[in-house]
Amino acid sequence: MCLALPAEIIAIEGDMGKVNLGGVHKEISLALVEDVKVGDFVLVHVGYALNRVSPEEAERTLALFAEAGLGGAA
Amino acid sequence: MKYIDEFRSRELARKLAEGIAREADTGREYRLMEFCGGHTHAIFRYGVQELMPDNVTFVHGPGCPVCVLPIGRIDNAIGLVEAHDVILCTYGDMLRVPASGRNSLLKVKAAGGDVRMVWSTQDALKIARENPDRQVIFFAIGFETTTPPTAVAIKQAKAERLENFSVFCNHVLTPAAMQNILDSPDVRDLEKVAIDAFLGPSHVSTIIGTRPYEFFAEEYHKPVVIAGFEPLDVMQSALMLIRQINQGRAEVENEYTRVVTREGNVKAQALVAEVLELRRSFEWRGLGEVPYSALKIKSPWAEFDAETRFALPRVEAADVRGCECPRILRGVKKPTDCKLFGTVCTPENPMGSCMVSSEGACAAYWSYGRFHQARTRESAA
Ligand code: SF4
Repeated sequence: MCLALPAEIIAIEGDMGKVNLGGVHKEISLALVEDVKVGDFVLVHVGYALNRVSPEEAERTLALFAEAGLGGAA
Repeated sequence: MKYIDEFRSRELARKLAEGIAREADTGREYRLMEFCGGHTHAIFRYGVQELMPDNVTFVHGPGCPVCVLPIGRIDNAIGLVEAHDVILCTYGDMLRVPASGRNSLLKVKAAGGDVRMVWSTQDALKIARENPDRQVIFFAIGFETTTPPTAVAIKQAKAERLENFSVFCNHVLTPAAMQNILDSPDVRDLEKVAIDAFLGPSHVSTIIGTRPYEFFAEEYHKPVVIAGFEPLDVMQSALMLIRQINQGRAEVENEYTRVVTREGNVKAQALVAEVLELRRSFEWRGLGEVPYSALKIKSPWAEFDAETRFALPRVEAADVRGCECPRILRGVKKPTDCKLFGTVCTPENPMGSCMVSSEGACAAYWSYGRFHQARTRESAA
C-alpha cells in the first residue's frame, strides 16, 4: 500500500500528467508538485506524484555506498 | 528501472555489509526499529538481516496503515455498504482485512455489496461523476503519504459540486505513533523492547520532511536516519545509525536525500492543512488510544465527511482470539510467536491484518521466511 516508484514524466496537461512506469504508461495527478517538466523523475504513489527525484542527490548517495564499502569513515 | 536497479546492486550490498561488520562494535547490541512496513518488506525480500552481523537486529514497527486500523472502523465501512447501499471505494489491501464476525469487505462484495477497488482518489471521483444518483464513499486510510491525495479529492469534489461524494477519513500520523512507542511502558519501564535507534520512513518523509523527527532525537536521545526503501538504502542507513550510536550522537540524518528534504513537500502540507485537522484522539490497533495521532475533515468541508453524512457510530470490536497483531505492532512479539502463524493464519486465509498487507510483519515472515529457514538448514547440513 505504501508502494511508491520513481517514474519519468512523459506528458503534462494541466494538473494531470503521464508517466512511464517500467514501460507502462499511467495517468497521474501532478496536483502535489510544482514546476515539474517532461523528462523529470517523480515518486509516484496512489496515482499522484509526491515529489521530484533529484538526479544529483541520487548520484551522491550511490557514491556514499561505494565509500562505506571501502571503510570510508572508519 | 532507473533509480531502482542501481540501489539493489549485489556487489555494493556485499561491500556495505563488510563496512557494517567492520564498524559495529562486537561488545554491544544495535537494535534498530524500522517504523515503516515498507522497510520490513524490503528487509525480508532482500534478506538484509542476513547480511548484518549477529549483534545488529531490526525490530519491526507499527508502520503498516492497514494493520493499525482498528476493526471497528472496518465494521463501520461494511455498515455503510450494507445499511446505506453506497458505492464504497478503497485501496486494494483493505478488501481482505478481517472484520468482526469473520466478515470482510471482500465477502460483502461477493454477497453483492458495491465495493470497488481503486488505484487513486481520482478513480473514486470518476465513479462519483458516473453515478450521480448513488452515494460514493472513499474509504481513506494511510499515513502522511496517502493523505494529500485525499485532500486534493475533497477540494476537487467541492469545486465540481459533486454532492454524492464523501470521504470516510482514517488518516493517521507517524510522529505521534513513534512517540507513543517510546512512551509505552513496554519500552520505558519493562525494557521488553529495547530500541537503540530508528530507521525513519521513506515516503512519509517526502511529505513531512525530516524536521518533525528532530524532537525525538533530542527528547528521547535516539538517533533517527530517514532511509530509502531499496535494500542498499536500508543498509547504508543502518551503517549511519551504527556510527551515531558508536559516537554517542542522537541526531536526525537523511539517507534518502534524492527525494526527502528538511522542509518536505510544502505544497502538499498546505493542501492537507486546508482540508484536514487533528483529532483529539484516535484508536490504533496495538497502541490503543493515541492523542492527536489522526486527522479528520475540517468543518467547512463537513458535507464531504462520510462520518457526519451517515452519522457513523463508534464501534468497539474485539480482536480475533489468539491473534498477536497488537503486540507485534509494538515490537514486543514476533510473528513466529503467534500460535496461529502459518497454521490457521496464512495469506490465503488471514486471521489478522498483519497477514494481509505485504507491509505487515506476518505476511513478510510468511512470504520470505520459508526461504531463510531452507537456507539455514542447508548451511547447517
Ligand atoms: S499470524 Fe495471523 S493471527 Fe497471528 S498475529 Fe499474525 S495476523 Fe494475527
